[in-house]
Amino acid sequence: MNEARDRETALIRASRAQLVVMVLAGLREIWAHKFRSLLTMLGIILGVSSLVAMSALVSGMEKGAREALIAIGGLEKVRVEPQDLPKEQRHLADQAAGITLNDVRALQASAPLVTRISPEMRLPATFSANGKTFRPWNCTGVWPVALELSEHVVEHGRMFNELDDEMARSVCVIGTATRDELWGSPEKAGREIIPVGETVFINGVPFTIIGMFKHYESEQERKTRELAAAEAGGNANPRVARNRGYNRRPGNFVFYLKNATVYVPLNTVWMKFRSGMTLTAQQQARESRGGFGAPSAPGDPRLSSLELRLSGIDRLPEALQQARNVLMTTHKGIEDFSFRTQEDWAEQINTFIRNARLSGGLIAGISLLVGGIGIMNIMLASISERVREIGIRKSVGASTFDIFTQILVEAVVIAILGGLAGLLASFALVRALGSISPTENAPIVSAGALLVAFAFSALVGVLAGLIPALKAARLNPIQALRYE
Amino acid sequence: MALVELRQVSKIYRLGDEEIRALDAVDLDIEEGEFISIIGPSGSGKSTLMHILGCLDSPTHGTIRLDGMMIEKATTRQLAAIRNRKIGFVFQFFNLLPKLNVLQNVELPMIYSGIGGEERKRRAMASLEAVDLANRSRHRPSQLSGGQQQRAAIARALVNDPRIIFADEPTGNLDSHTGEAILGLFRRLSREGRTIVLVTHDPEIAAVTPRRIEIRDGKVALKADPRLSGAERASA
Repeated sequence: MNEARDRETALIRASRAQLVVMVLAGLREIWAHKFRSLLTMLGIILGVSSLVAMSALVSGMEKGAREALIAIGGLEKVRVEPQDLPKEQRHLADQAAGITLNDVRALQASAPLVTRISPEMRLPATFSANGKTFRPWNCTGVWPVALELSEHVVEHGRMFNELDDEMARSVCVIGTATRDELWGSPEKAGREIIPVGETVFINGVPFTIIGMFKHYESEQERKTRELAAAEAGGNANPRVARNRGYNRRPGNFVFYLKNATVYVPLNTVWMKFRSGMTLTAQQQARESRGGFGAPSAPGDPRLSSLELRLSGIDRLPEALQQARNVLMTTHKGIEDFSFRTQEDWAEQINTFIRNARLSGGLIAGISLLVGGIGIMNIMLASISERVREIGIRKSVGASTFDIFTQILVEAVVIAILGGLAGLLASFALVRALGSISPTENAPIVSAGALLVAFAFSALVGVLAGLIPALKAARLNPIQALRYE
Repeated sequence: MALVELRQVSKIYRLGDEEIRALDAVDLDIEEGEFISIIGPSGSGKSTLMHILGCLDSPTHGTIRLDGMMIEKATTRQLAAIRNRKIGFVFQFFNLLPKLNVLQNVELPMIYSGIGGEERKRRAMASLEAVDLANRSRHRPSQLSGGQQQRAAIARALVNDPRIIFADEPTGNLDSHTGEAILGLFRRLSREGRTIVLVTHDPEIAAVTPRRIEIRDGKVALKADPRLSGAERASA
């Protein structure tokens, strides 16, 4: 009993000693053919570093997308938008009321899971001031609550209040994109420009700018800008300033759109543009389509959408159902509205990330495979050079298994060395990719990705070593000894 | 019981339709402590016999018993273990690994018997001392003379304390003076009680051993052997 255990531990100790000797022999073999080994490892180095770099790029994009998602209000935000009636309700089209302030009041009264409601009336608007014109992406009549719902921060001046809305005052709060277009960006001008108090003409109607949002940007964008500013400060060269126009790099369009937002009091939009006085061509087109004078309460303006904030993501389905029930009542069962959640968007992001990861992984996997083929090739060449050595080893008592393990260990040692070098190379590659990457999201190297890439390189070594090891192990010792 | 017993051992190769009997029903006993030479011209089958005796090859027919073990039934793994622990080989071309130094070459068999590093080094040095080569332990084989290389090979053959040593033309690649020295070393080892089988084509070299077996056309030729074993006499 005891003796058997002693023998067993002795065996384990012996095989461990043997493994150390084999690894050393493998290293010696690699050292003896430095250039050849380096070329062989290059395949693995490229494979591993591209695997890490790919994963870092995708992680960077993922982070950027999540930032953008939070910037537009997070998952708890839900939009109610008008939609075409379902087929079976088409005949009720003339009774469809659309989304109105009635809905807002009904939701406020009877949907406790909806914590904030912001009605929106979009205004296709052309801004002119300072001799220039600009069509912001989003000019909307809202209540002051919109500020909170869309995660806007007023940095200069103030947001309009309930009183401004009540009195339908001609005031607006603009984003930095409008400022950049009409008055110029601070980078170009070299000084901060705050057009609060200026007059801007919206579709020809004079408005006073009472506030401006802060400049929204991704973390990466901010870093780049600060770096540019620091450099510019160093050599006083304004050339490095970033262009903030339409020709900006893609990837952070969400932040651009957010900057191109203008808020006007809801009531003002209604009074000045919707009550049938000053109609623009677009508004006429819309009204002929939607039927503005449809049978709703007189004077109740039709809204372009509602923004809702729900009490929490975990109760999202219940809250949606509650809001739906209320709206079904006010719309007399006519389903001329639909809910759009950010979940769809988050889902799209996830799909995109998954696809990017899959295709990137596939490409990196193929280059690792090619690296593996390189190892296999060099091991086959190596064993045909070393037939005699294998014969000698067999004659002094190396078993088939010993030879097999020796060749396999050599292949794995090459792969692991290549893998380690690849990990080092990946940092350089990530840096290089970061400066030419298609998005402005900094690549993120994760420990997990490093580990996976390294494990893959070891696995490739094992797979590539199998066939040469088998071939070597099967050599007939007599023929191997005679081999010249 | 003899250390090695061959009974009706045949090795048959097929080349197309032709059947080549490299060994034809050989009976042979080797006693413990014997110093014996196997002699024969090239193509006589003496190398095949040595390969079979040395567990590098297995016979087509017949039985072999080495140190009480039936070799013809052993697996390749068991054969490797037998080569490792019970047999030492000395070759004409020394067969040292050029990338290892002398000490590492001598350690090689012990790596495959799983002996730890310290013990390996100690025994390899002892073995090198036995062949007067301890002062060359850090040299590469290519830095040694032929005689020194062959002594290193003998040290490697001795290091696992084998039951039997096979030397295949051990002086074939050496000048006569160095060859004499190597044969002297074998004689000394024989006096110390080692069992040694010398394979050669040269009758002069075979003359140093007390017992000689001549192989011709795959058969043991009787008259070259003055001390026939019982089995051989029976088959005569």
